[in-house]
Amino acid sequence: MSQITPVFKREFLGYFRTPVAYVFLVVFSVASVGLAFFIGGFFKANQASLDSYFTFMPWLFLFLIPAAGMRLWSEEKRSGTVELLFTLPITTLEAVLGKFLAAWAFITLAILLSFPMILTVVYLGSPDWGVLAATYLGTILMAGAYLGVCSLTSALTKNQVISFILSLLACLILLFLGWSVFSGVLASVLPVWLVDILANFSFNTHYDSFMKGIIDPKDVVFFLSLTGFTLFLNVVALER
Amino acid sequence: MIEAKGLVKTFNARHAVDGVSFTVNRGEILGFLGPNGAGKSTTMKMLTGFLRPDAGTATVDGLDVTADPVAVKRRLGYLPESAPAYPEMSVEEFLGFIAEVRGFRTAVEKRARVEHVLGLTHLGTVRKQPIETLSKGFKQRVGFAQALLHDPPALVLDEPTDGLDPNQKNEVRALIKSMAAQKAVILSTHILEEVEAICTRVIIISRGKIVVDETPAQLQARAPGSRLDEIFRSLTVSDI
Repeated sequence: MSQITPVFKREFLGYFRTPVAYVFLVVFSVASVGLAFFIGGFFKANQASLDSYFTFMPWLFLFLIPAAGMRLWSEEKRSGTVELLFTLPITTLEAVLGKFLAAWAFITLAILLSFPMILTVVYLGSPDWGVLAATYLGTILMAGAYLGVCSLTSALTKNQVISFILSLLACLILLFLGWSVFSGVLASVLPVWLVDILANFSFNTHYDSFMKGIIDPKDVVFFLSLTGFTLFLNVVALER
Repeated sequence: MIEAKGLVKTFNARHAVDGVSFTVNRGEILGFLGPNGAGKSTTMKMLTGFLRPDAGTATVDGLDVTADPVAVKRRLGYLPESAPAYPEMSVEEFLGFIAEVRGFRTAVEKRARVEHVLGLTHLGTVRKQPIETLSKGFKQRVGFAQALLHDPPALVLDEPTDGLDPNQKNEVRALIKSMAAQKAVILSTHILEEVEAICTRVIIISRGKIVVDETPAQLQARAPGSRLDEIFRSLTVSDI
């Protein structure tokens, strides 16, 4: 497992060797804050909370995480470096984990760069630190699950555009499952018990409780197991 | 050192490699010849553990590639066709990454290894340059440096002199020859003079099968007085 470190390091620093990192971090920060200010009514709410900031995260992730994750394996396949990587003394699992953890660390960095928002609410009022901590934890865990899906779809194709669209679609479905309008439509064709089960697989359903400040082991396990499962499929897809 | 036994690989019902067997000992340089698409690269990919053979076994130092791929990869240096490398990394960064994956983790060890191969392959002048800005000859040398970094007992080189100018070709040949005493080397090539110049044995592969396995002198003796490429042509004419 010690072989994860060099792969992680190369991948993480790799973001900063190209403009990708800077474009991503700027777009992420501007979009997340913009959504909170102009659509979320951050100031109008008159509350010392970051609800209006984090409530858009699942939707922002829907586009931005596939953008960050689409290259994970597609690029290696396209440029042929996958042959180099897999003739070095590392296992497929180590390579998958190294690259995934690097991308996750990068997204986490983007999330943590929202700290000026915290400073703002601290300046304007006194936020509930427990809720904030839970929300950050939930956001990072959810990002991992999104990224697991993206890493998997990226391993299926050497075309980054196809990889992006596939992961967007997969994440969209996982997001919509918990949206009342969508489950209403589903309920008209599927039995209600099945719709209820499907709704349990939604990002939104599990993310909401984190935003309320509740760290329920069920939600933590959901995000972690979805991440683990997609990474397992990722290994299978690469060893095929 | 390197042994292939009845290797078979099928792509879409076409036998890319069809029962290839040979042994390469330390001190030998095996030239792998054959028309494009004859199965040279596919055989090499199976030897290095990138592709799993459909049948047959490949062993390096008595270790089976399928059973213990990581141990085999530790003992192998592999230059894939067209020398893939991470384009955004500088030569030094890239070789540093390879050194870390190869287990040279301390700064001193890593530096010593990188400096050593930079010297061997004359890459000192471009060490800080991103690989994507290098000419084909330099890129090829980066791939060569990467394969030599851990001083492996077995070397598999897929067209090591491809894209080099005549002087660089001579230099690479001299380098291979100088290392060959302690190593088992397999190299594929299209250049018949290369075989005469450095190989101790020749295998000609056509349509996935070995048609010749002998010394360059024996190959020449098949048609005394004629040029090697005429002999090659007559042996592989079924491929055209």
